[in-house]
Amino acid sequence: MYVELQNINKRFGSFQAADNVSFSIEKGKLIGLLGPSGSGKTTILRMIAGLETPDGGDIIIDGQRVNSLPASSRGIGFVFQNYALFRYMTVFDNIAFGLEVQKKDKAYIKQRVNELIKLIGLEGLEKRRPHQLSGGQKQRVAFARALAPNPHLLLLDEPFAAIDAKIRKELRTWLRETINKVGITSIFVTHDQEEAVEVADEIIITNSGRIEQIGTPIDIYKNPATPFAAKFIGESIVIENYGQLHGFETSEGYLKAIIRPEFVRVTKKEQEIYPHASERGTVEAIFFRGNMLELRLTVGGLKFISYRSLEDDVITVGEEVSILIYRLYLYNDYQVRLVENMAFKANDAFTI
Amino acid sequence: MKEKIVKVILILLGGAFLIIMLVLPLATVLVYALRQGFETFSKAITDEYAVKALHLTLLATGITVIVNTIFGVFAAWTIAKFRFRGKQALTTLIDIPFSISPIIAGLVFILVFGRIGWAYPLLEAWDIKIVFAVPGIVLATIFVTFPFVSRELIPLMQAQGSDEEEAAALMGAGGFRIFFKVTLPHIKWGLLYGVILCTARSLGEFGAVSVVSGHLRGKTNTLPLHVEILFNEFKLTAAFSVSSILVLIAVIILILRNIVEYRVKREER
Repeated sequence: MYVELQNINKRFGSFQAADNVSFSIEKGKLIGLLGPSGSGKTTILRMIAGLETPDGGDIIIDGQRVNSLPASSRGIGFVFQNYALFRYMTVFDNIAFGLEVQKKDKAYIKQRVNELIKLIGLEGLEKRRPHQLSGGQKQRVAFARALAPNPHLLLLDEPFAAIDAKIRKELRTWLRETINKVGITSIFVTHDQEEAVEVADEIIITNSGRIEQIGTPIDIYKNPATPFAAKFIGESIVIENYGQLHGFETSEGYLKAIIRPEFVRVTKKEQEIYPHASERGTVEAIFFRGNMLELRLTVGGLKFISYRSLEDDVITVGEEVSILIYRLYLYNDYQVRLVENMAFKANDAFTI
Repeated sequence: MKEKIVKVILILLGGAFLIIMLVLPLATVLVYALRQGFETFSKAITDEYAVKALHLTLLATGITVIVNTIFGVFAAWTIAKFRFRGKQALTTLIDIPFSISPIIAGLVFILVFGRIGWAYPLLEAWDIKIVFAVPGIVLATIFVTFPFVSRELIPLMQAQGSDEEEAAALMGAGGFRIFFKVTLPHIKWGLLYGVILCTARSLGEFGAVSVVSGHLRGKTNTLPLHVEILFNEFKLTAAFSVSSILVLIAVIILILRNIVEYRVKREER
């Protein structure tokens, strides 16, 4: 394992930022540290970088325990949330800074900086000052600056938080591709699950100083290990009294359930296919979501959300519809369980 | 319409106040200084004791400004860039000279280093004179003016945060490089502003210096003290002549201050 955290603890006054955190990261992977704000993800990142000291536990990078190693000699590249570009230096000088610190010769510095400027696609802007750049450009410069001294680990703190939505998507893809090209082990912090799912090879979900789950995005989406992970990844709605739904009558010690919009299928009454497994409900509201419709439904006091393609038959507000629920995540305080619609499964087997 | 009248009245009131309280007295100083002709004026300011007093004032100011600039930068850096217990207390302590009467500041040094002070035997054993000597004057001036630089820098550095410094440190830069390459460009105008204020205050410091000086003509007399002595001896023209030097320096400083203030504002944009 390339980066390893073992039983890391960190407390700021009464705030437990890291509570016995342990995880390890393989070389060359792009890892997303995902969690709501205040979950301790930035603190974990800053401890790896050496900007904060853990109260206890070990941080091991490339087989070496780095706890007592100062930030300056850890050889880590760091991209700050607000970029922290040196505002009194040009783009060129910003990127060259780390190399100058290492006392590289001028010709090498020039060649390396130009190479990086090309990599980030900002040729011609070398003489600009940070305040003359757009958010996306600043982000790229910060990225190049962190990469310049050839670090063996790259840390990015909320790399896309300060960029407007449209460029964010583009930049995400760019960053993903560039990191692959450079082949550097990277960890980025984000509170945006969509971003983490899209960019990361592996996601570490943090919540109030603890690790909730580690896994690939698909793995976490399909098999959430904790109620928190289930609620945090993907869209989710919590329902009670799920026992009244067809196919979910047998409940064993789970009080609540999580349901995602994609678990719910809505059909017009006339086109109902699985009457044993379906419910009747009403459409409360319909929202246009750009490329699809979002339906708000009620079934005997329970509220769901479902998506519907614009190509499907038109459904109107107030209409009674047939609702098929494929599966639910049942959960209590400690665990989550995926249950399929029993009636639907039986039905399915019968038709085959 | 009503607003306009209020505006004009307020401007007139402000202007009148400034003229009566500041411009008139300062003009009077110059008029008085030149009342008996330029010869008397130049005699007063080239007087041996006046020149020596000017030298001492410049010496004390020079040392004070250097010491307080270094101290101010250190203090501001510590307060703005680190988290530690007692930070608020330190910030308050730095402000003490602003809230204490200068005369008390002077007395403190007498009580510590003077004949009755606890440090006196020690100083005597080493043959060091502080009170009623130049070191005492320098110490008193430093004490009175030490908040100026740090007060200017602390809000500036706090507003900037420490991200850029952290970024530089992560790339392996040492403290000196971080300060001169990253921090200093950001605070230079604020620093200069603080230095100017500190200089102005040091030049004119009277209360604390008066207590520790001992008023030995040609030895421990600063320019403001020299003016007082001349005034007490009823040499009014000479007193005002010497004062006019201080007024002149003050005007120069005022102009410098305005230039720097303008630059600071432009930098902030």
